[in-house]
Amino acid sequence: MTSAREEMLARVRRGLAGRDEAAARSDVDARLERQHVGPIPAIGTVEGEAAIEQFITRARAAAATVERLAGPGDVPAAVADYLAGRNLAARARISADLAGLGWERTGLDIVGGKADPADTVSVVSAEAAIAETGTLLLISGAEHSTAANFLPETHLVVVPASRVVGSYELAWKQARARHGLPRTLNFITGPSRTGDIEQRIQLGAHGPRNLHIMVVGDL
Amino acid sequence: MRPTSHAFNRNAHAALADERLQEALNGTPQGMQSRRASAVAQLPEFEALREHGREIKNHVIAHLDLYLLKFEEAVTRQGGHMHWARDAAEARRIVLDICRKAGARHVTKGKSMVTEEIGLTPFLEANGIEAVETDLGEYIIQLRGETPSHIVAPAFHLKKPQIADAFREKHKHLDPERPLTEDRQLLDEARGVLRDKFIKADVGITGANFCVAETGSTLIVTNEGNGDLTQVLPRIHIAVTGMEKLVPTMEDAFTLLRLLARSATGQEFSCYTTVSTGPRRPGDIDGPEEFHVVLLDNGRSALVGSEMQEVLRCIRCGACMNHCPVYGAVGGHAYGWVYPGPIGAALNPGLIGLAEGHALAGASTFCGRCEEVCPMKIPLPGIMRHWREKAWQQQLAPPTQRWGLGLWAWFARRPALYRLASGLGARLLSGLGGRKGRLRWLPMAGGWTSERDFPAPPAGGSFMQQWQAREKRAAPKADGGKV
Repeated sequence: MTSAREEMLARVRRGLAGRDEAAARSDVDARLERQHVGPIPAIGTVEGEAAIEQFITRARAAAATVERLAGPGDVPAAVADYLAGRNLAARARISADLAGLGWERTGLDIVGGKADPADTVSVVSAEAAIAETGTLLLISGAEHSTAANFLPETHLVVVPASRVVGSYELAWKQARARHGLPRTLNFITGPSRTGDIEQRIQLGAHGPRNLHIMVVGDL
Repeated sequence: MRPTSHAFNRNAHAALADERLQEALNGTPQGMQSRRASAVAQLPEFEALREHGREIKNHVIAHLDLYLLKFEEAVTRQGGHMHWARDAAEARRIVLDICRKAGARHVTKGKSMVTEEIGLTPFLEANGIEAVETDLGEYIIQLRGETPSHIVAPAFHLKKPQIADAFREKHKHLDPERPLTEDRQLLDEARGVLRDKFIKADVGITGANFCVAETGSTLIVTNEGNGDLTQVLPRIHIAVTGMEKLVPTMEDAFTLLRLLARSATGQEFSCYTTVSTGPRRPGDIDGPEEFHVVLLDNGRSALVGSEMQEVLRCIRCGACMNHCPVYGAVGGHAYGWVYPGPIGAALNPGLIGLAEGHALAGASTFCGRCEEVCPMKIPLPGIMRHWREKAWQQQLAPPTQRWGLGLWAWFARRPALYRLASGLGARLLSGLGGRKGRLRWLPMAGGWTSERDFPAPPAGGSFMQQWQAREKRAAPKADGGKV
């Protein structure tokens, strides 16, 4: 009996009969090798301070809130202020790379590791921010819990100003150079939402209802 | 699901008579159309992206066997498992086997049209595994025992009270007196109920908007975050997807993503675009321990190399149905199978067979708006014509239609007779129309004349006769004119 694999491939090849096989193979190899970048819209070609400003504007348009901080040392106090201002519990799950920022002074209850369904707040670092559509790129790994991006109702994200880029392609290229290929890449644009009840948009479907972004430092 | 596409006409009549459905359909397509139009207008490069997107998919289809092998190699290299499924039954069996081997009792599902296509959820339930849809729209219709009526907005056909009724009936553990009149109350209740399901799940099943051949990744796009919780929390992640969803590289996926959300919901980018590659890595804090891809054929391979192959470019945005006057009038269920609207009319005959699906190729006014808005520039009306032609060749059309067209063809092949007959017909109708020039009733056109009068042709015979008379009158002037 032919396997499903062989049969499916044979059916496809029947439809492609008459093709120059050698040329087809080298076309495919070249395409995978080259990683050709398609047309990048003008909104995805911004750089430097203009990119940061556009990122902030577009992230806000997607219903995220954004603030700029002078340095990483300001993050704990900004988080404490944000939570107090919204009357949220002073407890947060954080990504490991943020552990050394000096949380002791804030009185917040900080935990690391894998996100838990009981978590209401997470504070994590992003790999990159993309000006084109106000999108964050977060990656999985030893320091980053993917579940922390989805389980808590309030999601706070720290991104260095130097990591704001124009396009998805650039964010992907840089992430790949730094980490290879992580198990999960999350491109996140604004808080979770649904339009499934009579096509009216409501925020906070299954993921976070609040997305707060802190752009840290200068270029 | 068992298709009822052959009964499109009957289904459509029932849909038109369904007042609740008509109320739900009323006005919503206009909202979707204007959101798309404004998103497209704000991106001057949209047309260039469409062209490039079309080129990517054409290239993939022309090299599909090679990309399938590259993808398989990459999935395996990343520690995942690739499964090939010739048809729906084989795909269901593969998924069930993975669940059984893992001793799974609870499954969560991200939104996936391919799993609708293979009827996966009811199949797992029938085999003693709890399978829960987690996209809000999908969850609502699962509670009601329905199928999606739109590929992006599955509960498009429902109003709030119907959703509240479904929640009251199925969420028996909650206070029966609770208020369910506000959108927020409904959403919060679903969020709470489904949160428990996410946490309990042993296996998470998603679809894939794209499969990346170079990296062996599957990619999903959601707004709710349900697909993400589905694939990160359970021990096993299974992505079930059609074999045409391949793209060469992540760079190619980005081009198509720029088209997808704008065409589907008018968003610049969906909230969550998530790329999954293999199982969790050593040292990762979370993520699934096993990663499986189930690749479905189910009729797709037979379209490669055919006149219909361009339909394989589809990225399932739903723009064609949002702009279709037929879909707008009858909704999605009338199409009788998973993919409604113009894409259904062009794709379903290939997947469920022409005998079942050929009626859909006639479910069109051929206004061409679907092709105009399709981000992948699929010639949908042209493909429907191909299916019509094939249905005609296979003698699948109903006898009255065949008889009528046969009669017309007999005359059309005899031009002199045709002109004589059409001239007589025109004069007859013109006479019957009288001074008002309108007919209140006409045999075989009752569907028209029950609603409005039929305009009678003007006196002077058929178009050809009038044209000839006009040419004759104009001739002397034209000859005498100086150039």
